[in-house]
Amino acid sequence: MRFVDEFRDAELGRALAAEILATVEPGRHYKVMEVCGGHTHTIYKYGVDDMLPENVELVHGPGCPVCVIPMGRVDDGIAVALRPEVIFTCFGDMMRVPGGAGSLLDAKAEGADVRMVYSPLDALRLARENPDREVVFLAVGFETTAPSTALTLMRAKAERIENFFVYCNHVTIVPPLRALLQSPDLRLDGFIGPGHVSTVVGARPFEFLPRDYGKPVVISGFEPLDLLQSVHMVLRQLADGRCEVENQYKRVVPYEGNPQALAVLAEVFELRPHFEWRGLGFISHSGLRLSERYAEFDAELRYHVPGVRVADPKACQCGEVLKGVIKPWECKVFGTACTPERPIGTCMVSSEGACAAYYNYGRFARERAVV
Amino acid sequence: MATREQQALELIERVRAKPPRFRDTQITMAHGAGGKATLTLIEGLLAPAFGIETLADAATLDGLALTTDSFVVKPLRFPGGSIGELAVNGTVNDLAVAGARPLALTLSLVLEEGLSAEELRAEVEAIARAAESAGVGVIAGDTKVVERGRCDGMYVTTTGLGRLDPRATLGPASLRPGDRLLVSGPIGEHGIAIMLARGEFELAAPVESDTHSLWPEVDALLDAAGDALRCIRDATRGGVASVLNELARASGVAMIVREAHVPVRAEVTGACEILGIDPMYVANEGVLVAAVAPDAAEVALAALRSVPGGAAAAEIGEVKTEPPGLVLVETGFGGRRVMDLLVGDPLPRIC
Repeated sequence: MRFVDEFRDAELGRALAAEILATVEPGRHYKVMEVCGGHTHTIYKYGVDDMLPENVELVHGPGCPVCVIPMGRVDDGIAVALRPEVIFTCFGDMMRVPGGAGSLLDAKAEGADVRMVYSPLDALRLARENPDREVVFLAVGFETTAPSTALTLMRAKAERIENFFVYCNHVTIVPPLRALLQSPDLRLDGFIGPGHVSTVVGARPFEFLPRDYGKPVVISGFEPLDLLQSVHMVLRQLADGRCEVENQYKRVVPYEGNPQALAVLAEVFELRPHFEWRGLGFISHSGLRLSERYAEFDAELRYHVPGVRVADPKACQCGEVLKGVIKPWECKVFGTACTPERPIGTCMVSSEGACAAYYNYGRFARERAVV
Repeated sequence: MATREQQALELIERVRAKPPRFRDTQITMAHGAGGKATLTLIEGLLAPAFGIETLADAATLDGLALTTDSFVVKPLRFPGGSIGELAVNGTVNDLAVAGARPLALTLSLVLEEGLSAEELRAEVEAIARAAESAGVGVIAGDTKVVERGRCDGMYVTTTGLGRLDPRATLGPASLRPGDRLLVSGPIGEHGIAIMLARGEFELAAPVESDTHSLWPEVDALLDAAGDALRCIRDATRGGVASVLNELARASGVAMIVREAHVPVRAEVTGACEILGIDPMYVANEGVLVAAVAPDAAEVALAALRSVPGGAAAAEIGEVKTEPPGLVLVETGFGGRRVMDLLVGDPLPRIC
C-alpha cells in the first residue's frame, strides 16, 4: 500500500539498525521510554526491538488511553449504562476493561444497552435515531481524540439535540510525564514523544523535558521505520551531548500543533482540579471535563454518578508497568491469572497496553530457535 | 534473554496448555467470536458433557460425515451473498474440509413475525441455487416463527451429510514438522464485506463476500496430493490465524507464517489498516487452509491454482517442531511475533 509500505521496508530497517549499533557506546545501558501506546503496539507487532542492540532498552510509558482509566470510573460508567433509559456507547476496547464488579461487556450481558461505536459521531447519530432514549458516549483518550468529542458536542449543541450526553474521561499528556519524572525509581535516558497527540498539541509542550529534566525527546511516527529512526535520533543526541525536542514525524506534526483543534478543546473542555489515573493516583490538572457552556451534555451532572473509588486489585501491578518501573512479565499475575481473555489490569485489555502487546505478540523468547 | 523472563514465559505456556474450564457466569458476545472464549465454551462445557475431547466441525460415522451449523448474520444480504447462500456453503464446506463429498442438507428456519414474503422468497431461492451449484439436495426441514423483535428477520440452521472420500486421510493431529501451509485464495473478504455492508463506517470499498462451495478445491487437492494431504480447514470465524492455532495445538507443533506471502487484496488491506484489524483474524466463507507434506506442496498448490478463481492460492508457511503449540509470524519488516487466538470480538454476527 502506498505511503505505508515505504515505512515498513526491511532493508532500510537493517541499515538503520546498523547506524544505531554504530552510535551506542558498548559499555553503556540506554533506557528510552516510548510514551505512546501506539508505539508500544508497533514495536511488538513488527518486532522492532529485535533490531536494536542489547544495551538499548525500550521502556513502555503511560500513553495508552484505555490503560489509565481507574476502576472507579468504569464502575461509574456501568452505573449509568444500567439505567433503562440509556443507550451507552463506547469504543470496543473499553467494553472489556474490568471495573470493581465486572466490565461493560458483562453489564451488556446482564441487560444494559451497551453499544460499540467507532466515533463519537456514531453515538450522536444514535441519539438522533432514538429520540425516546438517552445516548451516553464514554469519551476516553488524550488530546488526540478529545477534539473529535469536542466537535461532536459542538454539533449536538448546534442541532439542539437534547438526548445526547458525554461521560468525559479525556486526559492530557504532560502532567503524567511530569509525575513519572518526579518518581525516584525510574532512570531514563530519553523519550520517544507521542506522534498522534503532537498533531494536536504540537512539539512545544514537550520542551520542559530537556529544559527541566535534561532528557532528550524525539516526536515519532508510528511505522516501524519511524520508530527506529527516532531511537537513532535520541541516541544521536546523547552521543553529541545535545538535549532538545526533535520532530521525526514532520510529515504530520507541525511544531505549533493544530490551532483549530486546540481552539475547539478550549471551547468545549476545562481542566479538572485533579483526576485519578490507574496505578498513578491523583494527578492535578490532568483530566478534562465539559466546560460550563456544555454542562447540559455532561453525563456526570445529568446522572449524579456515584463517584466511587475502587482500589486496584492487590496482585495487579499496572501502575508499575505504566510507569515503566517493571516489565509486563515481571508482574506476578502476568499471563497466568491476568490474560487478555480474563484481564485483571487495564494494561492487558487494549492492544496498545504494554501487557497485552507483550502477551499477544512478544510472548516468545527472542533468542529461542524455531526448529 | 534473562532467565527470569524465560521462566515467566514457560509458566505462561504451562498455564495455556491446561484444558480450558468454563467459569463464566453468563454468555457474552465474545463466546460467539470463534476465539478463546468460544474454545472455553466448547472444550470446557460442551465436549466434557458429551464425553468427547472436542466438538469437531464435522464427525465421521461409517464412511459418512455429519455436520450442523446455524447462521445469524446481520445484515441478511451483503455484497457477494446472503444468509441463504451462506447457510448452504458454510455447511457444505464443513463437510468438504473433512474430506467428504457433500450429499444432502436439512434446513431449519426461524422466522421473525413481520419478515416480508419477498425477502423470505429471495432467501429460499438463494438456498436452492447454492444447493444446486454445490451438488447437494435439500431433503428435509422445519420452520418456526417467533414474535417480532425476537430475531433479526431470520436465523437459518442447516445440517449436512457427506460421503467420506476414499482418497482422504485427514486429521487435525496429523501435522508433521516440515509440512507446508497453503491457503486457497485471498483472505479477509467476507468479514470486511459484512462490516462495510453494515454501514457503521463511512467507508466504501469494492469488497464482496467470498462465499462459495470449497468442494472443487478439496477435490483438486485430494486428486493431486492424496495421502500427502494432512489436514484441511475452513477459515471462517476467527480467520486463518484461528485455524492455524487450533491445528498447532492439536498436533503439538509450531508454525511459522511468512506475512509477505499471505494473499490479501489491496482493498481488504486498506480497510483493515484503517480499522486497525489484522486480516489474518477476519472471517472467510470460501478460503481453506491445508497442511501438506513438503514433497507434495508444489503439486497441491498447482491444483488449488487450477480451480476457477484459485489463481491467488499461496504457500504461506511451514510446520516446525519448537515451540509446540505456538504460531509465529515473520513480519515483512524482518521481526518476529506470536500470532495467538483471537480475544474479544471485532465483528459480531458475521455468519
